[in-house]
Amino acid sequence: MFFVALPIVLKAADQTFYLSFASRVLITALAATSLNLVLGYGGMVSFGHAAFVGTGAYVASIALAEGIPSAWIGWPAAVLASGLAALLIGAISLRTRGVYFIMITLAFAQMVYYLVNSMKAYGGDEGLTLPSRASLGLGPDLGDELTFYYVVLAILSLALFSFHRLIHSRFGRALVAIRENEARAEALGFPTLRYKLVAFALAGAAGGLAGALLASHGKYVNPNILHWTQSGTLLIMVILGGVGRLWGGVIGAAALLLLEHVMAEHRFAWLAALAPNYQQHASLGVGIVLLAVVLYAPQGIAGLFSKKTHA
Amino acid sequence: MLEVRNLRKRFGGIAASDGVSLQVKQGEVHALIGPNGAGKTTLIAQLSGSIASDAGEILFLGQDVTRQKQYTRVKAGLVRSYQITSIFQRFTVLDNLALAVQARSGSSLSFWRPVAAERALFEQARAVAAEVGLAGKEDALAATLAHGEQRALELGLALATRPKLLLLDEPTAGMGPEESQRMIELVDRLRIRVTVLLVEHDMDAVFRLADRISVLVNGRVLATGAPEEIRANAEVRRAYLGDAQSLEAVA
Repeated sequence: MFFVALPIVLKAADQTFYLSFASRVLITALAATSLNLVLGYGGMVSFGHAAFVGTGAYVASIALAEGIPSAWIGWPAAVLASGLAALLIGAISLRTRGVYFIMITLAFAQMVYYLVNSMKAYGGDEGLTLPSRASLGLGPDLGDELTFYYVVLAILSLALFSFHRLIHSRFGRALVAIRENEARAEALGFPTLRYKLVAFALAGAAGGLAGALLASHGKYVNPNILHWTQSGTLLIMVILGGVGRLWGGVIGAAALLLLEHVMAEHRFAWLAALAPNYQQHASLGVGIVLLAVVLYAPQGIAGLFSKKTHA
Repeated sequence: MLEVRNLRKRFGGIAASDGVSLQVKQGEVHALIGPNGAGKTTLIAQLSGSIASDAGEILFLGQDVTRQKQYTRVKAGLVRSYQITSIFQRFTVLDNLALAVQARSGSSLSFWRPVAAERALFEQARAVAAEVGLAGKEDALAATLAHGEQRALELGLALATRPKLLLLDEPTAGMGPEESQRMIELVDRLRIRVTVLLVEHDMDAVFRLADRISVLVNGRVLATGAPEEIRANAEVRRAYLGDAQSLEAVA
């Protein structure tokens, strides 16, 4: 409800810049939510999720750059490509555990990052400016900020509803069981590796959709979207919002992006006295807030609002 | 039902299973005893597929399962339980058991339909809870159960998968005499429908339950036979030197 009414409020306040900002929050929320499936429900600490977001962004962008404006082609292609990439990377990475899993997902993501960096035909490290946003071909023009916002909102809502169904389905229960006690899940007859891989691929595919939306949103894409710090940011968002909680990704993405924005745009006198150029280091505030969350709200912000124990 | 031939497993320089050969017949309770460190739990892990074997063969219902994954063996009916309780601590008793029922009934690659709507799953889980003596505890979190109840749930998880051969690793581990008694009675009731390979330290339980006994010493089967034969076996008595009294006690 809040998100549906938001544009009206923003329009009334004549703050249309924030409409575009809100779209970015929702898209990032989708990316963080997809990571939460892997991290929160599958118990897999993937440090390479940006690779899938980035793959989706690039596939959708290349479609646009090659003169295929239809979102009905570009976005599913992005989802498919990211899902396949996740299937491949997951099939190898999931044979490892713990720190090794973190490192190998990171390594794969960096490989994709350098691969994209060297794609000279599509801008290389300079990035790729798009002629327009993708088009739905149904009348509503995604070039319009308000239309784009509502399309993104609809997609996120659908994704969250699917996520909700998924975590309460047979598959979701099996996935949580594997997170809780993998050896026993295997001993009950669950092919645990297969289930983890399916979750990993689904999350990759959803991340790819977020990437495609992100590329359309800014009409520009560059390899930084795949940089490992982006994977880290997504992890921070999930931890901030609530690991293994339905709304964790949304809350985390909104909180982090708002915080960064506030830190960069508003000059707090007391903080400036302490560190004069703190505004160039928005991550300082992020660090402090993350520290506070980890210490005082280990279940994330979502955990503060719910007495229910971890799913 | 189960035939093990010359099964081996090394951990570094130690041969935990050093050529184990063993036969379990359909319908029997076959006890596996032996001093600490004889390789009983390693053998259970090898048979169930939790760990891979270095050499040898495992035949289950006539099929060579030596290279099969654990979940494939479970589907065929070869299921283990754990000496050190391994349950889903943050699930309720009912959710624990429903999960085990789910594992064997239909595909878990179902992404949309809520599990909670599957009544059959929970009815079967309730039946298992009642069978292992956890009726009335269905909604308790597994972590909050008493030790004996957790052991019952441990067995319930294995039972809910409907095993044909149950590899029971010390069901009475850490239990008091009364709880042990109930567990022994429970296993005794199972024998009409499940074949059991029972690892147990409690000699009272072993001699009450076992149709046949195999003695494992240093990763090898020293002797197999009816309880009376094992009790009288001189080699077994030597291997159990420190434990001779526990054999005497029930003799």
